[in-house]
Amino acid sequence: MASEGRAQARHYVRSVPGAGYLLVVLILVFALFGEGFATLPNFLNIGVQGSVLLLLALPMTLIIMSEGLDLSMGAVLSLAGVVLASMLMNGRPLWVALAAAAGVGLAFGVANGVLVVTLGLPPFVATLGTLGIAQGLALVLTGGQSVVGIGDALPALYESRIAGVPFSIVIALLAFLAFWWMLSRTRVGSYVSALGGNREALTLAGVHVDLFHIGIYAAGGLMSGCAALLLTGRMSAGHPTAAIGLEFDAVAAVIVGGTSFERGNGTLAGTLIGVLTIGVLRNGLNVLSVPSSLQVASIGVLVIAALVVDSTIAALGRPAGSRP
Amino acid sequence: MKSLAYRLVAVALMATGLALTTEAFFTGPNLFNVLRQASLTFLIASGLTLTILTAGLDLSVGANVGLSACMAATVMKSSGSIALGVATGLAFGAVVGLANGLMVTALKLPPFIATYGMMWTLNGITYWFMAGETIHGFSPGFRALGSGSWPAPIPPYWPGVPVPIYVMAAFLAAGGVLTRYTTFGHEVYAIGANREAARLSGIPVRARLNLVYTLSGAMAGLAAIVYLARLNSAEADIGEALTLPAIAAVLIGGTSLFGGVGSLTGTLVGALTLTLVVNGMNLRAVDANWQPLVTGAIVLLAVWIDVMTRQRAEARV
Repeated sequence: MASEGRAQARHYVRSVPGAGYLLVVLILVFALFGEGFATLPNFLNIGVQGSVLLLLALPMTLIIMSEGLDLSMGAVLSLAGVVLASMLMNGRPLWVALAAAAGVGLAFGVANGVLVVTLGLPPFVATLGTLGIAQGLALVLTGGQSVVGIGDALPALYESRIAGVPFSIVIALLAFLAFWWMLSRTRVGSYVSALGGNREALTLAGVHVDLFHIGIYAAGGLMSGCAALLLTGRMSAGHPTAAIGLEFDAVAAVIVGGTSFERGNGTLAGTLIGVLTIGVLRNGLNVLSVPSSLQVASIGVLVIAALVVDSTIAALGRPAGSRP
Repeated sequence: MKSLAYRLVAVALMATGLALTTEAFFTGPNLFNVLRQASLTFLIASGLTLTILTAGLDLSVGANVGLSACMAATVMKSSGSIALGVATGLAFGAVVGLANGLMVTALKLPPFIATYGMMWTLNGITYWFMAGETIHGFSPGFRALGSGSWPAPIPPYWPGVPVPIYVMAAFLAAGGVLTRYTTFGHEVYAIGANREAARLSGIPVRARLNLVYTLSGAMAGLAAIVYLARLNSAEADIGEALTLPAIAAVLIGGTSLFGGVGSLTGTLVGALTLTLVVNGMNLRAVDANWQPLVTGAIVLLAVWIDVMTRQRAEARV
């Protein structure tokens, strides 16, 4: 009876990613030491700031689960933002501009997929190459300058609230629900896990593996393109290097959320916790007036901390005497 | 070796093309300028080559150059000692490299993730440390390391050989001996070709990997010193655009991302190729904003060739 209870406790301890504990600790620390941290407006603020990150981290979870990586997301998002802002500046309607941005993102996502899946290039270098291309295109299109004068439609939409909830949080929640539905209510979830570990079985089961695999990268590009809506709305402008490096936060959120590169396991809930942890960390450090450059460095430390906590939990949760 | 010959022919063709289409290319100063630029890329890419030979990667080299250069500049300015500044740059580079090595060997992180996280962490620290400041104006004795020539130039007859070329030649020779004629060098190739087999044959894989990443960091530190001497100023973003070209140089040089295949000579040829492309774009007055796009496309092409070569080799077996 006692050992059963202990086994159950072990199960619960192991099912929460290390970041869950870190998140609680961070919130407690910042609430104690940061003036104005534990207030409703500030928590909404964390949600708003984390919404763009969540849009990238959701497809990044699928990509990393399939033993891949997409380092081009930040650059593609910047490029899509520049395209969106330029079209608005030229007086195109918002939906046309958004469709163009999403199209740019989708094109890069499909290109990444083809490079990785069809040509067999290692994902981190393939997407590093497309990162360079997207960044170069954004710079060439704008001459390195900001695109301003995008009109009022997008900023007004961005500032709007739906039932009191800021627009960007609503979008992020909708995206989360869509990905969650896809992963838990359709076959996509088991396909993604199988891509990492058991590709052969998937082929034998009659799945168009390559097409499906390209689709995962395409989703990453598409989401990067769509995230341009929130990014450009927040800045009321397009800038060619606006989101450079945001893919680092996304990769960090996914790893912190307990998705591993090797075993094809991972959860969207974990990624959500990872995004919140990074959001709380950045916001809390802001409240404590730590410069943003050091916040970036602290995310590197956070990833290491989460990995150490994860491996400690794994060691604790293992029955005594057994080896991994 | 045959593939290296092809690559040299490609470099020669590009050079001939540039010589025929632009007037400024085939002049002593421009040629030596190309070599000087290639030497800097080579210094960063040489340590990176070692990590890729072990089937690893070091994405933090550019950011490491940035931090090491800023630290070296700070110490040199405040102490007035060239030696102390150089030692600081090398030490910072090496310590960062060792941290990368430990993440790969002790925490068992995939190298590209460990060094990618390190890249952003270093960037953050460098920006925080510099706080928007620029450190400039170093002693002529130090600047000679990056912008000096020997024997001294006699215009218009003799442009003078830039000092970085000697640094590059020295490290190419030392690195060539290290990789080709020492046990350590053979172990690096063995680990890259088959890590498990290397471990079973008694190679202390973790210790060797730690050393390889430390060397990669130290080379970034050295490159930071030469770069600092060339620019005569240090800013937080000094290393930002250096990583992608370094990776491109290694891959163009025929070193395989899958480990165990490649050479430092190849990396030099890769650095030359890339510098020629950039030089050609500059001479033809192409907007500098095109450079990341072109470098990215070159990286993709080089990796694709690498993958195809490997697939063909596997099909033959």
